[in-house]
Amino acid sequence: MDLHEFQAKELLERFGIDTPGGRVVESVADAQRAAEGLGGRDLVVKAQIRAGDRARHGGVRFADSPRTAASEAGKLLGRRIATPQTPEGGALVRWVYVEEAVEAVQLLYAAVVLDRVSGRPLALASARGGDDIEERAERDPAIIQSIPLIVGNDAADGDFAGLAGRIGLNGAALADAARLFRQLAAAFVALDASLIEVNPLALTAGGRLIALDAKLSIDDNALFRHADLRALHDYMERDESDPVELEAQQHQINYIRMSGDVGVLVNGAGLALATLDMVCDAGGRPANFMDIRTTASSLDIARGFRLILDNPAVRAILVNVHGGGMQPCDTIAEGIGIAMRRRPLRNIPIVISMAGNHAEFARTVLANTGVPHIACGRPWEAVQRAVASARAESSSWLSSLVARRA
Amino acid sequence: MAILVGRETRVICQGMTGRAATFHVGRMLNYGTNIVGGVTPGKGGSRHLDLPVFDTVAEAVVATGANASLVFVPPDRAAAAMIEAIRAGVPLVVCVTERVPLIDMVRVRQALDGTRTRLIGPNSQGLLAPNVAQLGVMATTSARKGGIGIASRSASLTSEIVAQVTRAGLGQSTTVGIGGDPVHGLTLAECVELFEDDGETDGIVLIGEIGGSDEEQAAQTIARLRPRKPIVALVAGRHAPRLRRMGHAGAFTSERTGSAHHKIEALLAAGVLIAPNAHNVGELMREALRSVRN
Repeated sequence: MDLHEFQAKELLERFGIDTPGGRVVESVADAQRAAEGLGGRDLVVKAQIRAGDRARHGGVRFADSPRTAASEAGKLLGRRIATPQTPEGGALVRWVYVEEAVEAVQLLYAAVVLDRVSGRPLALASARGGDDIEERAERDPAIIQSIPLIVGNDAADGDFAGLAGRIGLNGAALADAARLFRQLAAAFVALDASLIEVNPLALTAGGRLIALDAKLSIDDNALFRHADLRALHDYMERDESDPVELEAQQHQINYIRMSGDVGVLVNGAGLALATLDMVCDAGGRPANFMDIRTTASSLDIARGFRLILDNPAVRAILVNVHGGGMQPCDTIAEGIGIAMRRRPLRNIPIVISMAGNHAEFARTVLANTGVPHIACGRPWEAVQRAVASARAESSSWLSSLVARRA
Repeated sequence: MAILVGRETRVICQGMTGRAATFHVGRMLNYGTNIVGGVTPGKGGSRHLDLPVFDTVAEAVVATGANASLVFVPPDRAAAAMIEAIRAGVPLVVCVTERVPLIDMVRVRQALDGTRTRLIGPNSQGLLAPNVAQLGVMATTSARKGGIGIASRSASLTSEIVAQVTRAGLGQSTTVGIGGDPVHGLTLAECVELFEDDGETDGIVLIGEIGGSDEEQAAQTIARLRPRKPIVALVAGRHAPRLRRMGHAGAFTSERTGSAHHKIEALLAAGVLIAPNAHNVGELMREALRSVRN
């Protein structure tokens, strides 16, 4: 779960990390009131999207009065902001964060992230933060310094001080930065985070370290032990997710909308990815990514199949299933049968390849449910048939449209 | 010989009395796997599936001489179960549990340091040595004994490739699922080394996917090792939808290497044969073996 900046800052404050005063609002009028409450001068108005690189793409604006704060908020609210980190089409701005501007003598970078190779969290730091840090690190990797963290080991103060020293800090700033790194590391473990990034981290003339921005991702697998974060997760899902993707999630299915016309139902993420590759290689365009998890029941699968049927762009459906020990093919065949029984038939060609556990039985189940489909012995054959069907459907649809117009 | 398991492998199952574990241990027993007992705290002294149940792994090891453990414990307790098996000195631990928290896996990796335990998984379908042993939840219908070693990050795609390899008339020495989680035990690179040293394996198939850097690490190992055996790799996800990204920190870790393109280039540079698509892995391996023999 990726959090918004304002949520991340609230959580990090609990660990003693300083952030500027700020308020989150969802209307221009509230932006003006928030700005007044924050003293009314030297303000920053920030689009709340859960992706980085906002500043360089118009998502961070400055204001010197409540009135200008309101007008800047008006330029962000309800708009979509696209950065290299958003999905295609950008992210919708539903909230803006109005915040006191901070005068900094230096902008630093600090993060804790999980390193997959070592299987350890890493604390990262740089003497110069900012959105362009990746490009700069590409040219000069030494600008990023890091130390590996050991979970459950509290005797790492010297390491944190060493990290602060390696990015050129000394004196009081070094001690303060070491304390901040330790707070970030503690937050990382306590919150079950997979990423905490403070960029930029301001060092003020008075020697304070203040997190000007914060990114925080929580490990979904650990939400069972965080009732508060679980509630936040459910709220954000309801409020912000694509409703179709959310419905799929609730039925043990990973679904991602895509722009093509071949609906795809697959069990398992790897096979799903490989199936998308095959569809594209065969000259087709997938309408979705769908990975049925092993925990899905036939009713869940029925819901997933209907999500595909309900997508008006879909002109052919490809089912590529390899039954395993946890989920035999007949469970999936049953799900497709249920979906088709409950839905008046839309005339979409359905191409099915099933192999592995209970594949034979699944074919009988499909035959018994009377679902009209093209059965293929091999996935590649099924992919080609589905792509060809989508193309044929699309041309017949086009010609009927042209005929009607004529 | 297969890799990692053999006739002498004696398996216990942690969490054996659970519903899913009961079903799968039954399948594994039917397959001929030498399962010698189970561990469920609080149920020590009872019997389940006609096997003895123990309270702790240490007791089970002493009583049965077990040298492998299959962890079938729910995600909130899976890490503790893996750490218990590591501390009891079990040389092979296979964890099929999905959705284990990341920080828990960091603790498991810390517990592994300096031990001789090999961990497979979590979120792994397990490992299958046809006609020898099944330690996992995979389909076994299309597996046949043969000379291809398969190491993979994804369960259902593996079953498809196993079927292809069998259709190509080759069969498998061992199929290993290393699991799809960011922090896991055995790596693709280690599988390559094990298969290269295995007298029964003639060719190696690696099944990778976007994310992480297991494939890049394997490429490094292959470039250094220069294995005699042909290696065919499939990397899934060339046309995956683009997802939101948070911040820059990922770019400063191993994550930066995660694209399908990057993985394929690294493997190609190491001399690996890249399967253009998921449907031609078996054929490609058959041809590669033919040209090796000629």
